[in-house]
Amino acid sequence: MDFGPYLVFASLEGAVLAATLSLTALGLSLVFGVMRVVNVAHGEFFMLGAVAAWFVSALGGEALGLPAWAGFAAALVLAPAAVGALAWAADRAILARVGYDPERTIVATIGLLYILQQLTLMGYGPEARPVEPPFNARIALPWPEWGADGFAWTWPWGFGTTSYKLFVIVAAAALLMAVWAVLSRSRFGLIMRATQYDRETAQAFGIPVGKVYAWTFALGAALAAAAAVLIVPIQQAHYLMGGDPLLLSFIVVIIGGLGSLRGTVLAALLIGMSDGVISVFFSPTLAKILATLLVALVLVFRPQGLFGAKTA
Amino acid sequence: MTEVKKTAAGGAISRRTALKGLAAAGATGAGLGAMPGFVPYIQAQSSAPIKVGFQVHRTGIGAAYGRWYDRTTLAAADLINEMGGINGRPVEIVAEDDGTDPKRGAEVVEKFASQLGCDVGFGTLFSHVVMGSAPRAGELKLPYFVVSEGHHVASGALNRWTIQPGICDVKSQVLAMAPFVSKNLGKKATMIFPDYAFGHDHRDFFTAAMEAQGAEVIKHIAIPPTETSYSKYFPQIPRETEVLYHVMVGPGVLTFVKELGEFFGPSHPPIFGFLDSLEAVDLNSPGLEFLDGTYFWEGMPRYLQSDAPDPVKFYRDRVGVDDNGASASDPKDVSTFAHMFGCWETLFVMKKGMEAAGYQTTADRQKLIEAVEAMEEMPFGDEHPQGRKVFNGKTHQVFGPQYISKVEGGKLVVQAETTAEDSFYPDEVDYTTQSF
Repeated sequence: MDFGPYLVFASLEGAVLAATLSLTALGLSLVFGVMRVVNVAHGEFFMLGAVAAWFVSALGGEALGLPAWAGFAAALVLAPAAVGALAWAADRAILARVGYDPERTIVATIGLLYILQQLTLMGYGPEARPVEPPFNARIALPWPEWGADGFAWTWPWGFGTTSYKLFVIVAAAALLMAVWAVLSRSRFGLIMRATQYDRETAQAFGIPVGKVYAWTFALGAALAAAAAVLIVPIQQAHYLMGGDPLLLSFIVVIIGGLGSLRGTVLAALLIGMSDGVISVFFSPTLAKILATLLVALVLVFRPQGLFGAKTA
Repeated sequence: MTEVKKTAAGGAISRRTALKGLAAAGATGAGLGAMPGFVPYIQAQSSAPIKVGFQVHRTGIGAAYGRWYDRTTLAAADLINEMGGINGRPVEIVAEDDGTDPKRGAEVVEKFASQLGCDVGFGTLFSHVVMGSAPRAGELKLPYFVVSEGHHVASGALNRWTIQPGICDVKSQVLAMAPFVSKNLGKKATMIFPDYAFGHDHRDFFTAAMEAQGAEVIKHIAIPPTETSYSKYFPQIPRETEVLYHVMVGPGVLTFVKELGEFFGPSHPPIFGFLDSLEAVDLNSPGLEFLDGTYFWEGMPRYLQSDAPDPVKFYRDRVGVDDNGASASDPKDVSTFAHMFGCWETLFVMKKGMEAAGYQTTADRQKLIEAVEAMEEMPFGDEHPQGRKVFNGKTHQVFGPQYISKVEGGKLVVQAETTAEDSFYPDEVDYTTQSF
């Protein structure tokens, strides 16, 4: 493939990663921003979203005879809701009990990580299971070329994408806009921001901080689950799939600035696109090296992240 | 409620208690470590079971293989026990999960030898786990029967205690495939393979084998084993590719093959794959329609062929596999059929070896290895349903038939079968000259 189409192709692939990564990382960022909890189990919520999507679509397809798109649509609603509910329960049962103490929550969420992973292994099994995409037409893309006969459209070999991958990008963007609207325009968003800004004052003003925490934790997990539902028709649901999103989310959140929506989205774009392009033209290892190097540089020169507010 | 609050405030377990507990645990551990090895069968009872330590990938990236290796192994052990066991003693499979992890693998081998009192170690598949575990088996002088595919046994990288008598290695597989690929599919091949030892075996040996056929591999595309998205690698496939050769392992295999189809759309070159790329995956999964008309290597035909001989049917029935290669009780549970026969055949080789060596106690372990090394011809039959095998005692590696199948109407139909002799290559090691 020539350089031009190749670059566009790699960018499209990177955009799919960036789209789901921004959702996952936003969940992590919200939880840290509002609750000051480093949620090590975040990747497992991602994984549970994918597994739940498989259950919903398999149940819809087999038991109820629904078409693939209906099963997928149901999964897109039910899986994040179920994972959010589980996260809410985990917050009430575990995080609230350790008083949101930073060190203890890290240990607790590591424990949660293993519990969720092993329970999934016991219940769902070790297989990677596919979810049928609601639609998946291959779209061959044209490329403009100036040849001897002047301008013409050519169709490079293998240069294309699928309608579903484009849908993932659009859907993730729509979800991000929705989260942004909730955070900046709704009463719940106002309360969340108040809690993030100053927990004690918020409490003094009658904000039920405990409830806000539980809902924030649920929202963060639901975002990861939503990203997983979007990606699972491309990749399969597997009990170990939470590792990569967790690592990449941490990278994104550190670069973008904890608790900053804008920073998270931009950093996800940066990491997703550069991972796509660098791993295609050079090597995937180099992409990881550069991402990690960027994290180190950000930590040294701008510890609050590119868009994070300085904490006192 | 009060109780819970107490926990939240100070913690029911104080630091002091925890430290005491830890110290006690540490002391116990050290005490156990200092004790002499627990040897259960100093005076072997003729009725005591022969314990086969089964190192199984129950979790981790090899889990799908592990599940079917488990079923095949238990089916073979049941059959052996129905036949009266080995030397009048029943066989007991002592399964231990290694998490598909080399470090854990070495610990499991150690546990077999020193804690569980196993007579042999058996069943490891993934090559990095074999590489991690085999040196420990050698140190412990534990006969270690691996059911891997890697070339590491025959390459001489391991030791005299490690032996692979039930499954062929990658080098012999690709040697047998290259003539078919170069004659029938194309002379200019592009290879896609996982970027670690197993994939490198494919890369090195297939490239050399193609050159020996007067064909060439024009591009190598190595994919990191942790990759989850594959499309971005495919633009590297050169336009002049006449045949695409793929092999992939791990949980992402279905994504890999699906994205390959999406990349090419309606106009793909001839494709030849190792069924590793689709082990435990339903060939009729959505997105795999493009595979119709493409070719696969199979270690043993997954779909029941119309002319299948009785031992093949017998084997399928005993393991519980239906005509499509899925579990007889759950048609969605697709087996790792191209590999798992290795467990079955290895157990029968072990049985023969123990009988030839008059194996009674762990003191006879060396005799067992020597007895297996002396084996050569292994005829096709219930004990070797995959086909006739030839064992090379010097390299500790078995050679056997390979199958080339074509996808037709959503099923794999065998097109060609190669013989053990097609896959021979010069010895690279003579383990029999090494000391025990």
